[in-house]
Amino acid sequence: MEDFIYFFSFQDPNVLMVVVGISLLSISAAMVGTFTFLDKKALIGDAISHAVLPGVCLAFMLSGNKNPYWIVSGAFITGALSTYIISWVSNYTKLKEDTVIAAVLSIFFGLGIVIMTQLQQTGNAALSGLDHFIFGNAISIVRKDLLVYGILALTIILVILFFYKEFKVMVFNRSYAQSIGLPVKRLEFLFNSLMVLAVVTGIQAIGVVLMAALLITPAAAAKFWTDRLDRMLIIAVVFSLISGIVGAYISFVLPHMPTGPWVVIVLSLIAFLSFFFSVKKGVLTKWIAKRNYQRKIHSDHILKALFGAWEKDKQGLKTENIFNIFPGKNFKTQYSINKLNKKGYITENQSIIQLTESGLTEAKRIVRLHRLWELYMTEYMNIAPDHVHDSAEKLEHIITPELESKLDKNLNFPKADPHHSIIPRDPKKP
Amino acid sequence: MSFDPNAFIIIVTGSMIAISCGLLGVFLMLRKMAMTGDAISHAVLPGIVLAFMISGSRHGLTMVIGAGLVGIIATVFIEYLSNKVKLQSDASIGITFTSLFAIGIILITFLANKIDLDQDCVLYGEIAYVPIDLWISGSGQILGPRVTYLSLINLILVSLFIYLFFKELKISTFDKEFAASIGLSTVGVNYGLMGMVSYTTVSSFEAVGAILVVALLVVPPATAYLWSKDLNKLIKITIALGIIVSIAGYYLAFALNSSIAGAMASVAGFIFFASVILQRKQLPLIKKKLSGLKTAEANTP
Repeated sequence: MEDFIYFFSFQDPNVLMVVVGISLLSISAAMVGTFTFLDKKALIGDAISHAVLPGVCLAFMLSGNKNPYWIVSGAFITGALSTYIISWVSNYTKLKEDTVIAAVLSIFFGLGIVIMTQLQQTGNAALSGLDHFIFGNAISIVRKDLLVYGILALTIILVILFFYKEFKVMVFNRSYAQSIGLPVKRLEFLFNSLMVLAVVTGIQAIGVVLMAALLITPAAAAKFWTDRLDRMLIIAVVFSLISGIVGAYISFVLPHMPTGPWVVIVLSLIAFLSFFFSVKKGVLTKWIAKRNYQRKIHSDHILKALFGAWEKDKQGLKTENIFNIFPGKNFKTQYSINKLNKKGYITENQSIIQLTESGLTEAKRIVRLHRLWELYMTEYMNIAPDHVHDSAEKLEHIITPELESKLDKNLNFPKADPHHSIIPRDPKKP
Repeated sequence: MSFDPNAFIIIVTGSMIAISCGLLGVFLMLRKMAMTGDAISHAVLPGIVLAFMISGSRHGLTMVIGAGLVGIIATVFIEYLSNKVKLQSDASIGITFTSLFAIGIILITFLANKIDLDQDCVLYGEIAYVPIDLWISGSGQILGPRVTYLSLINLILVSLFIYLFFKELKISTFDKEFAASIGLSTVGVNYGLMGMVSYTTVSSFEAVGAILVVALLVVPPATAYLWSKDLNKLIKITIALGIIVSIAGYYLAFALNSSIAGAMASVAGFIFFASVILQRKQLPLIKKKLSGLKTAEANTP
C-alpha cells in the first residue's frame, strides 16, 4: 500500500518521468495500432519489432554507448527496411505475405543476435543493459532517453491527428482515396514510418518481442466496443494507458520484473474481458441473445401445438402430451411453459394446458405468419407446397408486422394456405 | 580443415533440427499458417517453464508434454478467437502468442532462483553447448551428447508423421473441401501438425532458441518454394537447404565467434534473398529467351 501511494502520488520525479514516458508511448502505439489493425497489417508490426534488433545492436556497435539518438536511428533504419523488404518480396514473388513476414522477421532477428553476441564479446560495460531491449524495462529509462522517446511519441500522436481524415479514408477505402486524388503511396509511406517509429519508441520500455502486443491488442479490444473510428481510437488509447501505467507500477514494486510482460498481461486481460462481455459483440452477449431467441422459438412451438388442438376443437392439451412433442427437452419445455404461464398466454389446470384469450391471439399470429409465408413461397417462388414447411418454420419467428401486412396485401388477403388450412385472422383487425 | 568431432556433432544436430523444422514448415507455409508456426514457437514458453518447475529438470518427457499441451492450447485459442469471437485472424495470432509469451517471461522471472533457465536461453538457445552436455546413463556410462539424441528422435518422429500422414496432409492442404467431403478430419490433421510443431519447438529450443525455430520453420521452405512448386521437390530442396544452412551457419559463427543459431538464420536469410533476386532477375531473361525461340520458330519455314 505504501508503495502504491508513493508511486501514484508521483512525489518521486523519476516515477513521474517513467509514467509520463510510458503514457506517451502507450498512446502513440495504440493510435498507430488502431489503423494497422483496421488495415489488417497487425503482423507487420510484429515483424518490425523483431527487425529493429539488428539496428539497435549496430547502433551500439558504431557508437559504443547507449546514446538514444543512435539507437533510434539504427532501429528506424532496419525497421523501415523490413517493411520495405516485406512488400517488395511479396509483390514480386509467388510467396504469400504471411510467409514473407515470418521469414523476414526471423532473418532479421537472427542477424540481430549474431551482432549482439559479437558485442557481448567486446566486454564493454556500457552495453550491460542490452537485454532491456529484448524484454523491456521502463524503469531503466533515464532522463536523456525519455526526452527523445517522449518527443518521438508526441510527434506520432500529432501527425496522426493532423492526417486523421486522410488515414481514415486510406484504411477504409483505398480505391476511393485514390479516386479523390489523395497521394496514397506517400500516405502509406508516412504511415509505415509512423508504425516503425512507434515500435522504436516502445522497445526500451516494452521490449522487442512483446511490442507487437501494444500495437495489436488495444485496437482489437476497442473494436468490440464500437464501430466508429474516433471512439475506437479513444478506447484503444485508454486501454493502452491503463496497461502501460499498471505495468510500470508492477515493475516498480517488483524490481527484477521487466515491464513489458506485465503491460502485455494487463492488456490481454482487458482484451479478453472485452471479447466476452462487451455490450455489442461480446461472446457472452451474443450467447445470451441466441439463447433468448431459441427460447422464443420453443415457446412459439408450444403455442402452435396448442393452436393445433384448438383448431380441432379440443380443450387444450395434456401437459405430458406437450412434453412428448419435444422428446429429451423436458427441462426446456418446463421453462417455456412457466414463462408462457407468467405472460398469461396459457393456463394450467389439472395437468391440462389451455390457451388464454391473449395466448390464442399470439398463437394465431404465429400460425398466420407461417401459413402466409408458405403461400408466398408457393405463389411467388414456385416452390412445391410440400417443400415450404421448413422455411416457414424458420421465418415465422422473425417476420415483422410491416412485412406481414405487405405479404397479406401482395397475396390479396388469402383465406387458406397451400395445404388448405385456414389462415387464422385477428377478428379485431380487418 | 582438420576433422573436429565437436563441429561434426554440432553440424549434425543443427541439420537434424533444421530438417525437422523444414519438413513441418513446408506444410505450414502451404496452408498459409507460417505466422501460426511463429506464434506457437513463442507460445510454448509457459509450458516449458511450468514443466521445468514440475519435473525440476530439462530432461525428460514432462517438458515435451507441457510444451505440447500449451502449443495445442494456443492453436485452439487462435481458432476460437478467429471463428467464435470473430476477431480477424492476424490479430488472433498476435494476441495469443504475445500473452502466452508474456506469461512465460513472468514465470521465468518469478522462478529465476529456482530453475536453471534464463531469458536469454529462451531466446537464443546455445547449440555450441551440445557436445559438452552429455547424456550419462544410470551406471555412469557416457552415451553421447543429449541434445543430439533428442533431435534425432525428433527427426524420426517428424519424418514418421509426414510419411504416415502424407496423403492426409497433402489433401487437406490443397483441397480442404474435398478432404472434408471424403470424411478426412481436417481438424485432426491441423492439430496433429500443430502438435508436431510444438514438440519440435521444445526439442530444438535448447539448441536454437524459441525465435530462431521460426527461421528454420519458414525460411528454408519459403526459399524452396521460389525454386519449385512440386511438393516432392519442395521437400527435397528444403532438406538440402537445412543441411547447407547448418554447415554454413556453423562456419560463419566460427569465423565471427558468434551465436551459431543466429548465424544459421542469417545464412538462411542470405540464401532466401539471393533466391528472390535471382527469381526476379531470371524472369525477364527467360521471357526474352522464349520470345526469341518463338520468333526463330516463326522464321524457319
